[in-house]
Amino acid sequence: MVGDFTADEIMTVAAARALRDGQTCFVGIGLPSTAANLARATHAPNLVLIYESGTIGAKPDRLPLSIGDGILARTADAVVSVPEVFNYWLQPGRVDVGFLGAAQVDRYGNINTTVVGDDYRRPKVRLPGAGGAPEIAASARRGIIMVRHSRRTLVERVDFVTSVGFGRGPGDRQRLGLSGAGPQMLITDLGILEPDPDTCELTLTHLHPNATLDQVREATGWPLKVAPNLAETPPPTAAELATLRKLERTR
Amino acid sequence: MASIVPLADAVSELVHDGDTVAMEGFTHLIPFAAGHEIIRQGRRNLTLVRMTPDVIYDQLIGAGCARRLVFSWGGNPGVGSLHRFRDAVQNGWPVPLEIEEHSHAGMANRYVAGAAGLPFAVLRGYVGTDLARHTPTVKPITCPFTGETLTAVAALRPDVAIIHAQRADRAGNVQMWGITGVQKEAVLAASRSLVTVEEVVDELEPRPDQVILPSWVVTRVAHVPGGAHPSYAHGYSERDNDFYVRWDAISRDREEFARWLATLQPTRS
Repeated sequence: MVGDFTADEIMTVAAARALRDGQTCFVGIGLPSTAANLARATHAPNLVLIYESGTIGAKPDRLPLSIGDGILARTADAVVSVPEVFNYWLQPGRVDVGFLGAAQVDRYGNINTTVVGDDYRRPKVRLPGAGGAPEIAASARRGIIMVRHSRRTLVERVDFVTSVGFGRGPGDRQRLGLSGAGPQMLITDLGILEPDPDTCELTLTHLHPNATLDQVREATGWPLKVAPNLAETPPPTAAELATLRKLERTR
Repeated sequence: MASIVPLADAVSELVHDGDTVAMEGFTHLIPFAAGHEIIRQGRRNLTLVRMTPDVIYDQLIGAGCARRLVFSWGGNPGVGSLHRFRDAVQNGWPVPLEIEEHSHAGMANRYVAGAAGLPFAVLRGYVGTDLARHTPTVKPITCPFTGETLTAVAALRPDVAIIHAQRADRAGNVQMWGITGVQKEAVLAASRSLVTVEEVVDELEPRPDQVILPSWVVTRVAHVPGGAHPSYAHGYSERDNDFYVRWDAISRDREEFARWLATLQPTRS
C-alpha cells in the first residue's frame, strides 16, 4: 500500500479512465479485463466488451476467471464462433480499443509474449505465445497496453515481435498496411507513456501519485524521454476505489 | 452415422500413434476425459493441434504422448505458465517437442479452410511479426483483384478431431451451446471425429444459440458425464477453478506430475 491505494490500483483506475462510454473494446484477460470492467461499472456503462472467446457485449457483474468464463456467454448480446469474432468483428476495424498485456514491451510499443532470449528454438524462457494479440494490435483503431513497470518488461527492443506497435519508428505501420493507429498509451503502475507524435517513441506523459521520476527512469530499459508538460495522474476517487475493490473481491 | 460407444473403444479405434489430433474447446467444453484416455492408452508421437493448449495438453505433453504441437496460446488461463509444455520446449523432457506457432486468428482461419475443403485461408494478420519468420505455414499472398498483399495460412486437416458437447440424441446428432469456439470447424476439417457428451437424450430440444453437428459428420459419440472437468459445460457444470490453480504446483515439478499421472483411473462408461 502506498498512500490510500496500491500501485496496481492506480494503474487499473488510470486504464479504466482511458476508456470512453459507448466504445467497443477487445479485452484480454488479467489487468486489461479488470480495468475494462471497472470502466463499465463506473463512467462507461455502455462500453461494449468483446472477448476473443466470441462473446460480444458481455456484461459480467463479477470479474471473469478466463476469457471464456460462462458469465460472459450468459450476459453477452451475441455469442459467435472464434473465426467469426476475429474475421467479422476485429479484422474490418469495428473495434475502437484493443486492450493488451505484455511480457516485454519496447520503446516503440512492440509486444513480446512468445520467448525471452535471442534463439527462438532454444529460448531462455518460453512464454504462452500470441493468442489474439497480433491481430488486435494490427486492427483495433487504438491500442492500450498495460504492464507493471520494470526493466525486465520495458526493454529497449523486444526479443521477439509477437505484436507490432510502431515497428522501428514512424511510417512502419503504414508500410506494413496495419489499419489501426497503434498503441496510444502504455499504462503502468508508475505512470502513463504515450507515443511522441513525431518519433513514435513512448514518452512519459503522466506520473502517478506516489511515483517519482527517478523511480520511473530506473525501471525503464531505455533512456526515457519525458513530455515537457508532464502531468500527475489524479488519484483514484473514493467511488473508483470502492468499485474496484468490490470487483476484486468477486474473484 | 455416429454410433455411441464407450470412450475407451472410441479412442482406441480413432486415435493411432503418429496421428494429428485436434482437441478443441475454447476454455469451455474442453474434452479432458478423452485426453486422459489417450494418456492411458499410451499413444505416442502425436501431433497435437489446439488453439489454446492449456492444462489438457500440458497433461498429454508431460505424459510423453506428443512429438509436435501446433498452437496459438499455451498458458494456464487465469493462473500462469504451462510447466510441462515449458519443460518439453526448453529441456526436451520427457521427449523433445517441436512447435508450430500461430496467432488465434491464423489458427481459426486454418480450421475454416480445412472445413471448407480449401488449401489455405486468407486474412490480415502476422504482418511485421516474428511469427511469420518462424512458421512455414504462413505466407504473403497477392489479392488477384486489388493487388493488395495479404496473408495466407495453410489449411488444417487433422486425422482426428475430439470435442466435448452438452448432448447427443440416440442417432448421434450432437448439440452444443454457450461458447462454441472453433469446434464445428475442427470436426468438419478432420477425417474422423469423436464427440464426448454430458447427456444422451431421446430428442434434442432446440435452443436459440445452439450449434448442431449432424450425426453423419461425426464418427463416434461417447457418453461421458463430467468429461470436460476441470473446464465446464454450460448448463451442466461450473469451472473447477481450484484445479487450475492446483495444476500450477502439480505440473511445476516432474515428480509431483508423475504422482498425478499415476492417479488416472480407468474410465467406466
